[in-house]
Amino acid sequence: MSYEISHLDALESEAIHVFREVAAELERPVLLFSGGKDSIVLLRLAEKAFRPGRFPFPLMHVDTGHNFPEVIEFRDRRVAELGETLVVASVQDSIDAGRAVEETGPRASRNRLQTVTLLDAIKEHGFDAAFGGARRDEERARAKERIFSFRDDFGGWDPKNQRPEIWNLYNGRIKRGENVRVFPISNWTELDVWQYIDREGLELPPIYFAHDREVFRRDGMLYATSPFTELIPGEEPFNATVRYRTVGDMSCTGAVTSTAATLETVVAEIAATRITERGETRADDRASEAAMEDRKREGYF
Amino acid sequence: MPGPASNGHLDALTSSAASSGLLRLATAGSVDDGKSTLIGRLLFDSKALFEDQLEQIAEASRRRHGDDGTVDLALLTDGLRAEREQGITIDVAYRYFATPKRTFIIADTPGHVRYTRNMVTGASTADLAIVLIDARNGVVQQSRRHAFISSLLRIPHLVVCVNKMDLVDFDEAVFNAIVEDFSSFASKLEISDITFIPISALDGDNVVDRSERMDWYEGAPLLYHLEHVHIASDRNLIDPRFPVQWVVRPGDAAGAQHDYRGYGGQVAGGVLRKGDDVVILPSGATSRIAAIDTFNGELEEAFPPMSVTLRLQDDIDISRGDMIARPHNHPTVSRDLDAIVCWMSETPLRVGGTNRYQLKHTTNTVRAVAAELLHRIDVDTLHRDESATQLDLNEIGRVRLRTSAPLAYDAYRRSRFTGGFILIDEATNETLAAGMLLDPDEPVGASDARAATASALRSANVVWQHEPVTREQRWAALGHRGATIWMTGLPSSGKSTIAGAVEERLVREGIPAYRLDGDNLRHGLNGNLGFSPEDRAENVRRTAHAARLLADAGTVTIVSLVSPYAADRATARAIHAGDGLDFLEVYVNTPSAECERRDPKGLYAKARAGEITGFTGVDAPYEPPPAPELELAPGDLDALVEQVLTALRDRGVLPAE
Repeated sequence: MSYEISHLDALESEAIHVFREVAAELERPVLLFSGGKDSIVLLRLAEKAFRPGRFPFPLMHVDTGHNFPEVIEFRDRRVAELGETLVVASVQDSIDAGRAVEETGPRASRNRLQTVTLLDAIKEHGFDAAFGGARRDEERARAKERIFSFRDDFGGWDPKNQRPEIWNLYNGRIKRGENVRVFPISNWTELDVWQYIDREGLELPPIYFAHDREVFRRDGMLYATSPFTELIPGEEPFNATVRYRTVGDMSCTGAVTSTAATLETVVAEIAATRITERGETRADDRASEAAMEDRKREGYF
Repeated sequence: MPGPASNGHLDALTSSAASSGLLRLATAGSVDDGKSTLIGRLLFDSKALFEDQLEQIAEASRRRHGDDGTVDLALLTDGLRAEREQGITIDVAYRYFATPKRTFIIADTPGHVRYTRNMVTGASTADLAIVLIDARNGVVQQSRRHAFISSLLRIPHLVVCVNKMDLVDFDEAVFNAIVEDFSSFASKLEISDITFIPISALDGDNVVDRSERMDWYEGAPLLYHLEHVHIASDRNLIDPRFPVQWVVRPGDAAGAQHDYRGYGGQVAGGVLRKGDDVVILPSGATSRIAAIDTFNGELEEAFPPMSVTLRLQDDIDISRGDMIARPHNHPTVSRDLDAIVCWMSETPLRVGGTNRYQLKHTTNTVRAVAAELLHRIDVDTLHRDESATQLDLNEIGRVRLRTSAPLAYDAYRRSRFTGGFILIDEATNETLAAGMLLDPDEPVGASDARAATASALRSANVVWQHEPVTREQRWAALGHRGATIWMTGLPSSGKSTIAGAVEERLVREGIPAYRLDGDNLRHGLNGNLGFSPEDRAENVRRTAHAARLLADAGTVTIVSLVSPYAADRATARAIHAGDGLDFLEVYVNTPSAECERRDPKGLYAKARAGEITGFTGVDAPYEPPPAPELELAPGDLDALVEQVLTALRDRGVLPAE
């Protein structure tokens, strides 16, 4: 007996440990569930940490109203299967209440507005910790973030003054009004996530697999035509076989051309790709060299 | 630019996640040492850098350095705006890559003293640390500090990369001088495994591929070393420890399972098995493991770092913070702690009753006061200042603490998981310090003395049993003393023949002698080892320990082992020196052409034909001993035996004639 475990098992164990620490040390955690692959992995890890007990926290989706309908359908079905509670925080409500102002023009996105809704919901429900599926390999500001990411009473991240995080000892002590964002899969790569989905046999929303869709090309990316997207003159919709590498708003998430219709073929494509998932599919990160860092300072996930 | 389809990734994929392990490594250094360039090189050459990331860096480089075509790889790891603006690393960045052999997490930590706490964050979980030295500057204060912190955190493996060899004309003498300088500093520390590699990160020499410009360097390139370094035995599999983290109790919600009561947690040490008797600390209650549960079903056994849920046979009061151990192997339980503390806050550590801290250890949090500051350690000189009255930001010292409730702990040297703690400010919630617990009876000057035994770290897991009979009594009864003769040399150089003749001669004269033959040991004790550098190191380590035991028992032990690496033989020597035993290194110096001509087992021929690889003298290096006790050139066997016996007489192992 060699008493060795695979790297996926090591990552899984680290994540379970993080889940249990938060549940034990914080009063009112919440798990952010978008219906995307990373948060689907979080749900499985929570099952591994707490079953046969219930999750000691509710799930929450910050719903921009611009989501893919397939993802919302999946979200509700998955939550029902698990028998857990889902809180939906709506960006539309924030707009209606005058808390957020809709961007205008063909490139308008509700991505940035999510922060307002998230912070309001955290306050309303008194959440002191929020689990998120962010990974350090996604983006270079995220590469710098702790697993327990401390946020001040404005929800902001101070990257130059992060708490030391030593061994597996996490300091989750906070004052009223402050909160911790917790990233149990910080150390996973995109490929790890896919291999884990494969190994665990996790169901994903269908848009992760190749399908026919009406799209148009903008800034070198393919976007779905939808009621939330306004075409710029010269942009022509066409049909293509595509899949999504990430799940965000229909307005700012790009599709990739692909015929990979099974988990196995998707994993093979991910393993061979030479472009990062955010680089290939996310318009929100292209704004500037420090786009993510700036959004995090404002209280983004 | 690499092609679109990376074989590395596909191989990693097809070999499946199950077979590849995880190595966490920390790099320390400043941009000037070429740290970012090295990481960029590892990521680039292992195809973990993506095209859009490269474009992003190229674009940023153009903005910063103009259109001269340089790609500033530092921009890759320095992810914060402030870091890019100032050109320094402030906080840890994590990077990921995989090869078919292993998956790697790089914690890229800052080198500057101001950000020591961030370096400690990155290094605390590392299996291996890379210290970078600029070949032009040699060992500087910063390199010493990085080595010291690595040893303090007990990172099991240290790799010293002597970088920018291209700027010193790939000069072996420059490299050797740095190795010597660094080694002499490192000998004062507790580092069990140091490897030196001359590299040029900029050009890629000895990073992924062997350099053709430094053929004098016979070791492995960096990536090969990272892929093969033996980390399996770094975990503590001896002392069963399970800090209870979360009580799993479905209550009414789960219907049929409402009686279920399990204890969730991560195994911190040892192997836990279903049916094991256990003790729960600090209460001292005992029970038995009824089941080891996971979401995927029951397990027969669990070991670090697995997260599982234990069910016990008896219904006893157990809650978060309790420690489950074995009745005859349990941690120390005490309210008085002795620790090395690394201070991480602008608010200094103050000694005395009014400054209370929260102390978090495993899953347990108690209150603590610092009762005494024994000394502060100067990180650059290792000098201990006993007059110190407080610890400031980034300072390290030895502190006595008193806690509000008893803590079940092990010395940090035995286990990171049950020997480390953090201190938290009760008012601000700030993390103030990282602490490493010492054995209750640890003498104040101990850490220096222990460095003499290179195996201190691994062997620290078990307590040495001192027998009632002393070595002197045993040797006196036998009428002579034990010693080890270590014969090293190329394959077919004649080691075994000479060793056999020496053994025969000694036994004939009534002196117990025993031969440990490398080939024979590989049939049993070392049967699970191959011929990679790390397996050879393990082969030497085991053989050296076997020889030490035999010598201690009073036998003249004759080892005949190729043992091609100087560092491994130094380990063998240290194992004996640490135990006060004689060790004679005998270099059987037969020219390689002669060895190959003899070739009694036909191995040279096979190696030349490519049928076997890693064969010393053909495609694997042999490092001759610079100063053996005895060097034997080919000659008459009886005369050679006589030379060995004379050396034994000179050392007093055998009586003078």
